[in-house]
Amino acid sequence: MTEGRPLIEATGLVKRFGGFTAVDGIDLSVRAGEAFGFLGPNGAGKSSTMRMIGCVSPVTSGRLRILGLDPARDGPAIRARLGVCPQTDNLDPELTVAENLTTYARFFGIPRKVARARAAELLDFVQLGERAGMKVDPLSGGMKRRLTIARALINEPELVLLDEPTTGLDPQARHLVWERLFRLKQRGVTLVLTTHYMDEAEQLCDRLVVMDAGRIVAEGSPRDLIARHSTREVVELRFAAESQELFVDKLAGIGSRVEALPDRVLLYVDDGDAAVATVHDRALQPASVLVRRSSLEDVFLHLTGRTLVD
Amino acid sequence: MTALAVFEYHFVGYRRTWRGTVFGTFLLPVLTLLGFGVGLGAYITGGVDGVSYVDYLVPGLMVSTAFQVAAGESSWPVLGSFEWHKIYFAQAAAPLRVADILGGHLLFVLFRVVLSAGAFLLVATLFGTVHSFWALATLPVVVLFGAAVAAPVFAFTASITTDSYLALLFRFALLPMSLFSGVFFPVDQLPLGLRVAAYATPLWHGVDLCRAATLGVAPDWSVPGHLAYLALWVAGGWWLARARFRKRLVL
Repeated sequence: MTEGRPLIEATGLVKRFGGFTAVDGIDLSVRAGEAFGFLGPNGAGKSSTMRMIGCVSPVTSGRLRILGLDPARDGPAIRARLGVCPQTDNLDPELTVAENLTTYARFFGIPRKVARARAAELLDFVQLGERAGMKVDPLSGGMKRRLTIARALINEPELVLLDEPTTGLDPQARHLVWERLFRLKQRGVTLVLTTHYMDEAEQLCDRLVVMDAGRIVAEGSPRDLIARHSTREVVELRFAAESQELFVDKLAGIGSRVEALPDRVLLYVDDGDAAVATVHDRALQPASVLVRRSSLEDVFLHLTGRTLVD
Repeated sequence: MTALAVFEYHFVGYRRTWRGTVFGTFLLPVLTLLGFGVGLGAYITGGVDGVSYVDYLVPGLMVSTAFQVAAGESSWPVLGSFEWHKIYFAQAAAPLRVADILGGHLLFVLFRVVLSAGAFLLVATLFGTVHSFWALATLPVVVLFGAAVAAPVFAFTASITTDSYLALLFRFALLPMSLFSGVFFPVDQLPLGLRVAAYATPLWHGVDLCRAATLGVAPDWSVPGHLAYLALWVAGGWWLARARFRKRLVL
């Protein structure tokens, strides 16, 4: 029914809090069935954008349409068709795992019987079926996250918003969440997520935007972005000297870019092995050499800088 | 309609803990009746306003209990829903309006208030301190009174982020209020300034109405006047609470 039409359409979207501009005029369009990611450092405006899409934060200016509707006018009608997994779990610790889902279902006007059946089904889906009667409090972080994701699916949403779905989880828990999200995607559910994990973006997103300081600085598929903003391979050289900076001049001209970090020098090249040969030809003797494929992380750090954002 | 779903959510939580509250709900009135009414009452031989002290005190204590439940249930649980488990934010992401989130929780608070007041009334009746069928009217009055207390406390709690402000509210506003608003003695005893302050509280109006009902006499003030004044607190509290909730949930 929404086939072909974008589920999310934003033009010139702005969010201001007093004098602070969190989102500074972004344009985006998310189609049905897509897995779309917002990538960016803390404070880039990802969560503010997600809250506007989730219709819990009024748009300061610009145009936003969710499922073809206007959040300012049709907030409850839109929210009825969304699933939201917030950045911090907001489950009720006093209720059981199943009750957290069935009480939430009632907010969507879902009959009690249907709610119970769906809760049971979703708990199996997120592998919490055996914990249905347990209280939420003693669950691990990964289990709580999965429960929050299950809760976001209770109304069979057309669009699921996930704000940093795996932040703070251990590797096993992350992989389990990814695997479940991947299954949702296969079922045709549209996913919109924010993350600052590059592997998460590469694993899950068909398309993503990189945000920095409230603006979109790049857009494309993970592969596009790597092709456009980085080289095919990266050579990491470590020199046994105090400052890696000293070697930048000596490495000039190898590949398309040379970057000195406090502990190593990065060469952005198309052919890593050829570049290493050139390094040795110049009589430079790095203590260690690593040739690797370029990753989204290289793109991300190139676009948003290496300075720490708190 | 959706406010009822929010009520149901709070009710499901209560179903898990109600056993713990039943004990307090029934035992507290028995103990206070015995301690204050029978124990202290024995020394107040002349009675108050022509009735025995225990009969005078019972409706006061009943309203005072409703007062505590109303204030208690709309303070820490509300703060927790914003700050600790943040369940209000989960509700705001569902197709509920701010008024549903606030209204559903308020409805649950009133349910707790009427349950406690009803238990008190039952105990008081068994002790033979209730003298009129009008006593049944105390239940709807207590609902209105509970809303007159809870709504402004919701507004207050929605404006703070730590519970030290709640301690201040209870110590410096609610406790003095329950001492000087006609629960234990007629406010005529008070100097003019304090008496005016007592009249301003919703508590005095609730006490005066309920006392008249259990004793089967006319209240000190007109009944419509009392009801209108309590309704004013409800309306003002609701309006403020909704504004504070909106400010915090929709930003």
